[in-house]
Amino acid sequence: MLNYTSKEVAERSALRINPAKTCQPVGAMYAALGVYGCMPHSHGSQGCCSYHRTFLTRHFKDPAIAASSSFTEGASVFGGGSNLKTAMRNIFDIYDPKIIAVHTTCLSETIGDDLNAYITDYESKIPEGKYVVHTNTPSYVGSHITGYSNMIAGFIKYLSENTGKKNGKMALIPGFVNPGDMREMKRIAKLMGVDYTMLPDTSGVMDAPMTTHYEMYPKGGTTVEEIQDLGNCEMSLALGEIACDMPADVLEKKCKVPYETLALPIGVEYTDKYIMALNEFSKTEVPYALEEERGQLMDIMLDSNQYSNGKTCAIYGDPDTVLGITQLACEIGMVPKYVITGTPGSLFEKRANAILEKFGIEGSTVKANSDLFEMHQWIKNDPVDVMIGGSYGKAIARAEDIPLVRAGFPILDRYVHSYMPIVGYKGAMRLVELILTAIMDRMDRDCADEDFEVVM
Amino acid sequence: MKTANDILPERSQSIRSTGCSGDGSGIKCESESVSGAISQRACVYCGARVVLNPITDAFHIVHGPIGCASYTWDIRGSLSSGEEGYRNSYSTDLREKDVIFGGEKKLAAAIDEVMETHSPKVIFIYATCIVGVIGDDVDAVCRQASEKYNIKVIPVKSSGFSGTKKTGYKMACHAIMDLIEPEEAVEKVDGVNILGDFNLAGEMWIMKSYLRRIGVNVVSHFTGDATVDNLREAPKAKLNLVQCAGSMTYLAKKLEETYDIPFIKVSFFGVTDTSDSLMRIAYATGDKDVIARAKAFTQEESNRVLPLLEKYKKNLGGKKASIYVGGGFKAISLIRQFNEFGMKTVMVGSQTGSKDDYELIGNLVDEDAVILDDANPAELEKFMREKGADILVGGVKERPLAYKLGVAFCDHNHERKHPLAGYEGALNFASEINLSMNSPVWTTIGGAEDV
Repeated sequence: MLNYTSKEVAERSALRINPAKTCQPVGAMYAALGVYGCMPHSHGSQGCCSYHRTFLTRHFKDPAIAASSSFTEGASVFGGGSNLKTAMRNIFDIYDPKIIAVHTTCLSETIGDDLNAYITDYESKIPEGKYVVHTNTPSYVGSHITGYSNMIAGFIKYLSENTGKKNGKMALIPGFVNPGDMREMKRIAKLMGVDYTMLPDTSGVMDAPMTTHYEMYPKGGTTVEEIQDLGNCEMSLALGEIACDMPADVLEKKCKVPYETLALPIGVEYTDKYIMALNEFSKTEVPYALEEERGQLMDIMLDSNQYSNGKTCAIYGDPDTVLGITQLACEIGMVPKYVITGTPGSLFEKRANAILEKFGIEGSTVKANSDLFEMHQWIKNDPVDVMIGGSYGKAIARAEDIPLVRAGFPILDRYVHSYMPIVGYKGAMRLVELILTAIMDRMDRDCADEDFEVVM
Repeated sequence: MKTANDILPERSQSIRSTGCSGDGSGIKCESESVSGAISQRACVYCGARVVLNPITDAFHIVHGPIGCASYTWDIRGSLSSGEEGYRNSYSTDLREKDVIFGGEKKLAAAIDEVMETHSPKVIFIYATCIVGVIGDDVDAVCRQASEKYNIKVIPVKSSGFSGTKKTGYKMACHAIMDLIEPEEAVEKVDGVNILGDFNLAGEMWIMKSYLRRIGVNVVSHFTGDATVDNLREAPKAKLNLVQCAGSMTYLAKKLEETYDIPFIKVSFFGVTDTSDSLMRIAYATGDKDVIARAKAFTQEESNRVLPLLEKYKKNLGGKKASIYVGGGFKAISLIRQFNEFGMKTVMVGSQTGSKDDYELIGNLVDEDAVILDDANPAELEKFMREKGADILVGGVKERPLAYKLGVAFCDHNHERKHPLAGYEGALNFASEINLSMNSPVWTTIGGAEDV
């Protein structure tokens, strides 16, 4: 039915079909929602803001607030300065946020709006104790992941200060992940006795509980004071090289906070590395609770290895997430045959190839700046046992009759996923369960009656 | 901290919250949104895209950076009885160098790449925000491609900032007029066109089946489950039926000017409106046989459906409804439906309603009902709480808002999963709002009555 993909792979240089990425501003909006009392502001046409809010709402099944400069013809000719000024006044007057986080759009970037100048001009009118920060997020550069990094860096550039008095904390910068993942990263840090500040932190915002009251600014999120104090951290840990290395570097340059960059802690090895980094910082011995979780994960992987071993998979989505899932898939003996992201950048390919090489896997195709149409063509020529990624893969899964494991972003057609982690040992257990269930359900569906077993 | 009780001064003209003359003339609408407001509205591109997207065998290439293509990829919920190609996402994914050196070459190459592997009858090129700013002559690229491939390559000027969503509807209507332009004189046939139904959950099919039952031939349909060939038949019709007035009245007027096809506005939401519309269509044909069949059919269906609806009334009667939808005309139909259920509409708003719509709405609801144009979540929350709404009917962005407030919800937009049009639709609608308001989950949650 939805099978419009041809088997012959035609070279494309201009046409993007079925993207595996979206544009910078939505990433910036998501990062800004991870700051307490923050109103994300989209400096561009109204549709951008509306689309981003809709997109985030569809993934998280939670309200996503943001305001827009609502560009008109006039603004596109004379610049959006007066729109932004009116917007800042209106937002502080009526929505009363602690902070407004402005991001640009393709339009305001192309007409050359100077946000630094606009905000500096307006500075004297910003109410006492309130803040305005901004970042540039041209939609024609990078992807939503780039926008996420840029917004985090924007907060740091405007707010973080090194007062000369260290606060004994570690700054944690999570990659573009769900609130459930951020909670898990924090839980592990706490277990490791690390005093931390996480920026951004969308837990408690995009997974806020139902209270019968609408909170425009839910309880979660990094506070402005915490962001200011990031400059006094002992060190920062960037969890996800592609999304988080840059903001951590900005914090080092601005406030001399040294940093270490790790992969998103998905799978055994990457979680081990996260815990080792925490251990090095706090010198706290790894508590039994974490050792136990790791041991349980080992037990699960061993018990079930006959079902995951040698199974081929296609992994697609955001770069740090895809790298983590690729690592985990290899750890349980799977063969990631196609590993793609829509986000451009050669680092992804380098890292993915390194993982495959480490596990002695040959003949796989790794590609950044790819799209789902291209991956579908490869699958048509040489299929896989499982697909792992977001909801847009479902058309391929249906056309090729391949089980789909939903992980990453965006997931628009299922519930609960954003509350549950895929990071840490617990997250790995969940991913392994999802993958095994997909494989084994398929075996049950397809096997002959005489092979149909109640014990597997 | 301030509460949402404050309303932006600029917004107060767009809200009618106390009893007034009832003629609605006071409400400010059909204007740009206020900068800084959290509007639920979209943009020109969105308007153009939602109207054209359901044309199942057209190719839709979004010319611009990737966002506009990715956010509109297969989200419309328009069903197809044949082709599924429109459910893919095509774009030029403009990058920095294209913005500096211009995107015309890339657009031309993208069209070539489509033509290498497919043979579409028409390609729509959506020119998004920056395309005009970087100086791309999209018209010229389309013209050249049209000549090269001998198909229609139609530019859709949809810079987000160049108006509201309604401007986008207009741009889509221009594109449709361009598409259906006949090569020779038109010979009329007996039959009607349906305008402004997008076949969400198969609603176009329901409307077509009703018309078939009363003996009215449907020539072509805009744009739910439409094909290019079918749309090109449209000039032959003798009457246009306009369902979604907000998006399609403009096209109806153009078709009237160009092909001498008169139009009537119809609504297939609710039993009353469905029956009324079918009778008006029958009378418009002037055919005695059709009128008799329509009478019999509407009677038969009302007799079938009304007793079933009656069963819901004991659950629904006396409950308070709030409405926030895209167009004013749909809001009107919804108010009538709630009246049929014995429910009272306490808040009603739309993103793009017109003065006429709001005037009619003012006459349909009680004096103390709140009417708002282009509302934001804070306003919706304030008035739903103030008026004690039991259910909100809206779209994707309103759903989590309602649920966070502990208010029931029904999607009357792209995410509807059951058809809400016609007699079946009226039953589905009653069933859905009943399920949402009386779901066992409220008992588990408890305390929802506190709201």
